[in-house]
Amino acid sequence: MKLNLLLLLFIFFSKFSFAAEKTVDPNLIHKNLRCLVCQGQSISDSNSDFAQTIKLVVKDLIDEGKTENEIYEFMSDKYGDWIVFKPQFNTQNSLLWILPYIVLIFGGFFIYSFLKKRQ
Amino acid sequence: MQKIIKIIILFIFLFVIGIFYISLTRDTNYNTSSLINKKTPEFKIISFDNSNFYTSDDIKKNNYTLINFWASWCAPCKIEHPILMKLSQKKNLVLLGINFKDKDSQAKTFLSELGNPYDLLAKDKNGKHSVKFGIYGIPESILINKELMIIQKFVGPLSADDYENIIKIIE
Repeated sequence: MKLNLLLLLFIFFSKFSFAAEKTVDPNLIHKNLRCLVCQGQSISDSNSDFAQTIKLVVKDLIDEGKTENEIYEFMSDKYGDWIVFKPQFNTQNSLLWILPYIVLIFGGFFIYSFLKKRQ
Repeated sequence: MQKIIKIIILFIFLFVIGIFYISLTRDTNYNTSSLINKKTPEFKIISFDNSNFYTSDDIKKNNYTLINFWASWCAPCKIEHPILMKLSQKKNLVLLGINFKDKDSQAKTFLSELGNPYDLLAKDKNGKHSVKFGIYGIPESILINKELMIIQKFVGPLSADDYENIIKIIE
């Protein structure tokens, strides 16, 4: 019985995850792209000519079957990393992504050894 | 232990100062320098009179091509127009004008009044082609060679200095 329930749950959630992988939400991409001609606005927030064009291109890229990351790569290639709000994981940005985990590990270790010494 | 704490505090302090320094001195304006020496994308764009298409192969025939994005509604395009007219007389350079999000009738009026400097004239009705070239506002011009490499990109109207710069490159 338990096994069946687990199997059912697995199928249910895996179906969800596959569906999530397949569909690319254009609004999510618009929110993560910077409007280069606006002041601190995303493509989603802006009605500028530039934003309208980018929205059309994003739609075309989705129709071509490009993934979310491929669309960000395409935009970064044309306009530089600045256009993407969420920085991509590459050699230049690696420190930005890895540093919080390093600080967390070292901080935890430091606090642990500090408390142990006090005891 | 005290020593380690001091070192860590000093490290964090220097790190924060370093981040502030880099962030405050960094130029956040859109910069085209990363595009120099990059290859232009393959493209196929409809001619202004809808009679044929221009492709990357048309560019490969010329030593140098200046792709200029313009529109009749764009005031800075009028400012740079005399420079484009001067450049159109240079034999080593082909001008490809891409009319951007414009009405055909108004674009024709613009060219008949100010002169047509373009050897090849195309149009980008919805602006999608402009994204392929990393254009975010007009006028913008891209100087490329026959290998389709970007030699120079000019954001905004071409100035007298830009003209001299182009002449130096193509001659």
